[in-house]
Amino acid sequence: MSTMLTKVKQKQIAQLIAEGKRLDGRGLTDHREITIEEGLIEKAEGSARIYLGKTQVLVGVKVETGEPFPDTPNEGVLTVNAELVPLASPNFEPGPPDENSIELARIVDRGIRESKAISTEKLCIEPGKKVFVVFVDIWVLNYDGNMIDAAAIAAVSALANTKMPNYEVEDGEVKIKTGYSPLPMKSHPITVTMAKIGDKLIVDPWIEEEQVMEARISMAINEDGNICAIQKGGAGFFSPQKILEASKLAQDKAAELRKKLDW
Amino acid sequence: MNDKPEKLIDKKGVRLDGRKADELRPLRLQVGVLPNADGSAYIEHGKNKILVGVFGPREMHPKHLSLSDRMVIRCRYHMAPFSVPERKSPAPSRREVELSKVIRESLEPSVFVDLYPRTGIDVFVEVLQADGGTRCAAITAASLAIADAGVPLRDLVVACAAGKVDDTVVLDLYDLEDKVGVADVPVAYMPNLNAVTLLQMDGVISPAEFETALNMAVEGCKKIYPLQKEALKTKYMTVKEEVEE
Repeated sequence: MSTMLTKVKQKQIAQLIAEGKRLDGRGLTDHREITIEEGLIEKAEGSARIYLGKTQVLVGVKVETGEPFPDTPNEGVLTVNAELVPLASPNFEPGPPDENSIELARIVDRGIRESKAISTEKLCIEPGKKVFVVFVDIWVLNYDGNMIDAAAIAAVSALANTKMPNYEVEDGEVKIKTGYSPLPMKSHPITVTMAKIGDKLIVDPWIEEEQVMEARISMAINEDGNICAIQKGGAGFFSPQKILEASKLAQDKAAELRKKLDW
Repeated sequence: MNDKPEKLIDKKGVRLDGRKADELRPLRLQVGVLPNADGSAYIEHGKNKILVGVFGPREMHPKHLSLSDRMVIRCRYHMAPFSVPERKSPAPSRREVELSKVIRESLEPSVFVDLYPRTGIDVFVEVLQADGGTRCAAITAASLAIADAGVPLRDLVVACAAGKVDDTVVLDLYDLEDKVGVADVPVAYMPNLNAVTLLQMDGVISPAEFETALNMAVEGCKKIYPLQKEALKTKYMTVKEEVEE
């Protein structure tokens, strides 16, 4: 199965959207069905699998000890990596991460980092020497559009169920004790991606709409309704008015999802 | 180096580098600076010093990357190891890969790509010195370089950032404000089409402050735009004078 769309179908999708309808029957600002499974990878400290329609993303969190960055000696380290695994789409190829997977990882990273979702200052073991390093690995398993929202939501929910090993420091040595405590978190940002098709904004574009869209915009929204990360993507443009409309829409959709996910 | 100032803006609303909230850094643009490139531009934006060279439209290498109905644009944003206080490895970082992508996507809407099927242009951005806002300065220069290569454009793309520092929304953040400040909103804009072609944000900002920042960045772009046009004209005025002599 190829993901190429015929011009006829592209036109059909665009025409329907101009009339306020979508090929899969959704309203313009509806998300697809979201299901999240938490903690399915027992060997990871935290994990979550999200189904956003047919898009499937698994996020695993590993917590290890390591050195802090020199400019933040009292803070733990967050590392986000994304893999577009070849089994997820006929168009994904094995090999080193390309610009799409790097962009995906960096968008998710910014949402988590800037909203201060993780209390990194509580992850310090010994200032300047030893801190906890939180590795967030995004595994895209089936690509059917909008992997940004799927990955961002799955990453936050994997962090929310991450268990930190208990430890004590003895003569400068870190000893891991039995038992776990939850990863200290301050915020649960929700990322909403919108695509521009014609003069309409649609929420959660699926793969066929992504091939018709001129550009997309993703916004991460925290509990207070503040924006903590934005990324425009695609080779098109938005008018400033459209961007403000998107910002308003993202607020509403994030609040709605927050209620649904009970975050 | 690690001493973070407590306040970046004093009581009179003056920033650490002496600017007002909505004031740009000094800007200098020059077109046609590289003899071998088909188009080139140099920008000094505050302490940022960036060179952009454009090659093409030319045959794509490798050939299979070419498209039968349009031109392909490739972009490489790269920082010199000596451009920042601590030496940066010359190998492309993840940040540079992402910036190459967003810069390309910010320029693409300005180019009439369907006029040049099966060809490609390469936009090479070399940051010689970085002081915050390099992606914006790079876009402003890259658009000039593409124009200098003779590629038909819908409009020049001009870029400028706004952001939040302490409690104030300010224009055109420099390195320290970017690092210590609250939020940074880089924007690329085509003034004649009222089109935003690059928008990113990191940091926490309320929707109202975001609106202020976006408008401020767009106004900043509108101030740089005439300088960009002037730089392009200057090159051809010089050529004209040489021919007439």
